[in-house]
Amino acid sequence: MQISLTVNGRPYTVDVEPRMLLVHLLRDVLDLTGTNVGCDTSQCGACTVIMDGEAVKSCTVLAVQADGSDILTIEGLAKDGELHPLQEAFWNNHGLQCGYCTPGMIMTAYHLLQVNPNPTEEEIRHGLEGNICRCTGYHNIVRAVQEAAQRM
Amino acid sequence: MYPPKFDYYRASSVDEALSLLQQHGANAKVLAGGHSLIPMMKMRLAQPGVLIDIGRIDELKGIRVEGDTLSIGPLTTHAAIAASEDVQRLATALSDAASVVGDLQVRNRGTIGGNLAHADPASDLPAAVLALGGEIEARGPAGSRTIAADDFFQGLFTTALDENEIITAIRVPTGQGTRVSAYVKFPHPASGYAVVGVAAVLDIAGNKVTTARVAANGAFECAKRLAGVEQALSGADATAEAAASAAEHATDGFSADDFMSDIFASADYRAHLLKVYTRRALQKALERA
Amino acid sequence: MAEKLFGSAIRRREDPALITGRAKYTDDLKLPNMAYAAILRSPHAHARITRIDTSKAKALDGVVAVFTAEDVEQSGVPGQIPVGWLLPNMKMPPRSLLAKDRVRYVGEAVAVVVAEDRYTAHDALELIEVDYEPLPAVADPAKAAQEGAPLVHENEPDNIAFDWEIGDKEATDQAFAQAAHTVSLELVNNRLIPNAVEPRAALADYDPINGKLTLWMTTQNPHIHRLLMSLASLGLPEHKIRVIAPEVGGGFGSKIHHYPDEAIVSWCAIQLGRPVKWQATRSETYMTDAHGRDHVTHAELAVDENGKIIGLRVHTYANMGAYYSTFAPAVPTYLYGTLLSGQYEIPNIHCRVQGIFTHTTPVDAYRGAGRPEATFVVERLVDAMARKLGMDPAEFRRRNFIPPDKFPYDTPVALQYDSGNYEGALNKALEAAGYEQLRKEQEEARKQGRYIGIGLSSYIEACGIAPSAVVGALGAQAGLWESAIVRVHPTGKVTVYSGSSAHGQGHKTTFAQLVSDMLGVPYDDIEIIQGDTDEVQYGWGTYGSRSAAVGGSAIAVSAQKVIEKGRKIAAHLLEAAEDDVAFEAGKYYVKGAPDKSLTIQEVALQAYLAHNLPPGIEPALEAVSFYDPANFTFPFGTHIAVVEVDPDSGEVKLLRYVAVDDCGKVINPMIVEGQIHGGIAQGVGQALYEGAVYDENGNLVTGTLLDYAVPKARFLPSFELDRTVTPCPHNPLGVKGVGEAGTIAASAAVVNAVVDALAPFGVEHIDMPVTPEKVWRAIQGAGK
Repeated sequence: MQISLTVNGRPYTVDVEPRMLLVHLLRDVLDLTGTNVGCDTSQCGACTVIMDGEAVKSCTVLAVQADGSDILTIEGLAKDGELHPLQEAFWNNHGLQCGYCTPGMIMTAYHLLQVNPNPTEEEIRHGLEGNICRCTGYHNIVRAVQEAAQRM
Repeated sequence: MYPPKFDYYRASSVDEALSLLQQHGANAKVLAGGHSLIPMMKMRLAQPGVLIDIGRIDELKGIRVEGDTLSIGPLTTHAAIAASEDVQRLATALSDAASVVGDLQVRNRGTIGGNLAHADPASDLPAAVLALGGEIEARGPAGSRTIAADDFFQGLFTTALDENEIITAIRVPTGQGTRVSAYVKFPHPASGYAVVGVAAVLDIAGNKVTTARVAANGAFECAKRLAGVEQALSGADATAEAAASAAEHATDGFSADDFMSDIFASADYRAHLLKVYTRRALQKALERA
Repeated sequence: MAEKLFGSAIRRREDPALITGRAKYTDDLKLPNMAYAAILRSPHAHARITRIDTSKAKALDGVVAVFTAEDVEQSGVPGQIPVGWLLPNMKMPPRSLLAKDRVRYVGEAVAVVVAEDRYTAHDALELIEVDYEPLPAVADPAKAAQEGAPLVHENEPDNIAFDWEIGDKEATDQAFAQAAHTVSLELVNNRLIPNAVEPRAALADYDPINGKLTLWMTTQNPHIHRLLMSLASLGLPEHKIRVIAPEVGGGFGSKIHHYPDEAIVSWCAIQLGRPVKWQATRSETYMTDAHGRDHVTHAELAVDENGKIIGLRVHTYANMGAYYSTFAPAVPTYLYGTLLSGQYEIPNIHCRVQGIFTHTTPVDAYRGAGRPEATFVVERLVDAMARKLGMDPAEFRRRNFIPPDKFPYDTPVALQYDSGNYEGALNKALEAAGYEQLRKEQEEARKQGRYIGIGLSSYIEACGIAPSAVVGALGAQAGLWESAIVRVHPTGKVTVYSGSSAHGQGHKTTFAQLVSDMLGVPYDDIEIIQGDTDEVQYGWGTYGSRSAAVGGSAIAVSAQKVIEKGRKIAAHLLEAAEDDVAFEAGKYYVKGAPDKSLTIQEVALQAYLAHNLPPGIEPALEAVSFYDPANFTFPFGTHIAVVEVDPDSGEVKLLRYVAVDDCGKVINPMIVEGQIHGGIAQGVGQALYEGAVYDENGNLVTGTLLDYAVPKARFLPSFELDRTVTPCPHNPLGVKGVGEAGTIAASAAVVNAVVDALAPFGVEHIDMPVTPEKVWRAIQGAGK
């Protein structure tokens, strides 16, 4: 089936099998491998992208469902060589170690800060419930989101 | 992780969706947000030959206040329900429940219609809709009909919905006088689903509870009313103490076999939790009075 | 040495690629003509395979090939998965790449499909017909140890893989006979699933012209994988295998081991002459990544009339799973029994460990590996004894600590602790937590029906295990030294080749910090290379908190050699005696005449031009070292957990977590703290949430992230960290290692806190994970 969508501002028209998951469209077809796959039960959030302004788990969206949508992935976050405040804050605060959960974590935080620009620590921890990090114990991720909230 | 092959149809109207359903029969599944169905397909626990995507049908979206009824389109996401001031004000238990489904990303895609049709026993919305005395409007080849939430949830992943019907609206009466409600849950630490979740809806006049509707999910094979609690509260004082003593009746009328049991929570622990969370739901509702 | 960057919390140079999505993990790589593999796994814990029919799968459009054990056998490769640690008299059942006649755990590989895309490969799995004849299975190690239990390896008389002991049994029994008080506990150390967020993956590419295999894989130790691939699995000569660790998304031990899967994928690539990629699904990792822990232990502690510990006696059944994973035999023996002295002077210790085969996924090193299990035994016993004696648990610990003036200290279980100040760390932790105030608050809260608990855990870690001759004598089929080349280029830029292999630890930052200081070369002029067997000399990789202490020390030794060679060249050029040439901040100068100087960059250029070198000095400026430490290092510390238990529902909330650690000198405090944070989270996970459960038929009931709870952000508080610094006396950096500290300490601290909270109910122990139902039952059972 032919679908058209915009990813990081660039329009694409591609032919996909209806069963193809959005995350595989991004990774295997569009070669945008920044978005990762960490589980198969929609728990880990590593595959989170922004779809029409909202954070979604791209492993639980069919590519055909994304037909016509506007997608933002980690690759599209920095603008004109300037890191997004969230990227900068994750770097400053050591909010990542192995980095595998990081793209999804940052994209969820991006949505979280759009709906709640000044979250408390508890709100951040609840907001990131759908993203699993095994390295950081979340301590520095929370700091990073707090710093980003201040900068944004 | 990799769904099996299927044929995909995108319906642009309810009529088109219904005719596709007619055409493909039991081989077809309706796709809304996909947050119940796609995970099942990824595990290959569901292998429908045909998917009928209703996700773009505008008539199935939105939240409207119609007199003393709140009407919610089945494609409304959990996030939209949780954020709706109308729902917060008129059906607080549903707002509570929608705000604790899964996680932020799941709430952005999952829909109330898909959620109710899937009828996962540990899902959050069924108890809220049931306690609020909601109705599910469904349309099939024979036309529309309205199913009371009391009749809708029939068992494990089983509803009163016919195979060729689609939910077209969820209606919740907003009540007269002072109606307060709340939903609280004990989430499973891994899945986030409700080990036990309780919705309480109380109509209050003066210092008395005139009517109580209380329902639970997580505890049973599907969402169920807690008749013992409702009876104990009817005419009772609208106080935390009365709520606590009514909550002790949460398991009345149920036998040990009625309770779900798994490695995380046994049937008798769930029965105990049901009392604890019933008390918390009632008290939270009363705090809003 | 000028310590400019050593000790600085600078941002990681790894991060820009990771936060922009540019970093490449194994599954991100694509090669021309690449095919995808999927592996068929046994749904039975124990069964005979009577028939495999792959014809329907082969016939599916898009399927390239389907292979079974028979195909691997016919190819003539060794096809084995070996064990890398041998204990006396241990059973040695074979393990092959694909199961042939019999499967022994759910998830064991039975066949492999190679197809043009991922989806088709997984479609084809469903078309392979396998007839299984199910056989009785056993998953619990204590049950599997009994006579008459279903045998995991039918040619062996029983399931006891090995029977190992350490310490003096007779003396220990005598101590118990003379004890004033004893306590005993039955402890289950729950089975854990590592859950690195990146699932295991491999991309194999075989060049038939050169006979060379290139294998990108999720590994913590590429050289070990190359060695075992060559020797045991594929039979390709070692120089014809290149193993590359691209970006690796966490490991926690699970990416140390040599599994069948990556070997199968490599074998497929060789057979087919085209690149083959495989990534495990999360559910597959649950069945196949080596699990951790899984001990059933009876433990006893004895004290004299003064409350001084006089004896510790331990018997443990350690689950090995169905086969030995790579270093499995070491984990419940030399990484466990030897740690049972903890921070305490215990004159008599005896520990017996029986490794047990069961019909479950193999068990091996998972963050901490043996040391969390040992700490849990010791710290639970210490708390139980303190309670029995009516003593404050902090005071009981103080009374029994090895005092600072007794180092180096020889334990009765074979270790020599190099240094330590245990009371210092304890006191600092108590102060940071406001311990006395907390006890008052606990008292007050109890009066209001609120149950707060305070749990201590004073742990010792042994990391950077070495020297190689010693670990060899203990059974290691590996050396545990580490390598480094420090190469100064003609322009004075530096490339360091390290045998360590990071997967989130930030080596490229830390190692560059230390080289920059030593050589006086700007940080940005230093490149760190690791994780590629064709680029990097042999190295043993990253695990066991060894990379700073052993890998970092290797770099320091090489850097020092470079400095010394440079000094010879500089002395020659400056026409001064070598002894008169000093080196400081990147400059060689004549002592007393600092204007007579050469920068290391100038010396490097001269070293390469080689126009005027001193006699006997070879051109170029680089040095290699293979650093074999004199001893383990012994980090330590005290952690304090504060919990509140909801007596109605049994829910436990972790209110605070205070950690004081001593990992010696710290190169980058930000990275060290990050390691401790993550370690604590995993220890808390074990204590409260995580537990792999098998049913009686050997089915993994917690088979997905829906059932097995990994800590989420909302389960944890912010952590309160501090440290003491007792430098390691025997390595050039004074560093000890920190990767596992948090995990080693945390589970005991949290369980001690929960048991402390429930003291008014008379609860004496709750097994991990301390789930709400267990707490509720403990309260019910104990009765108030």
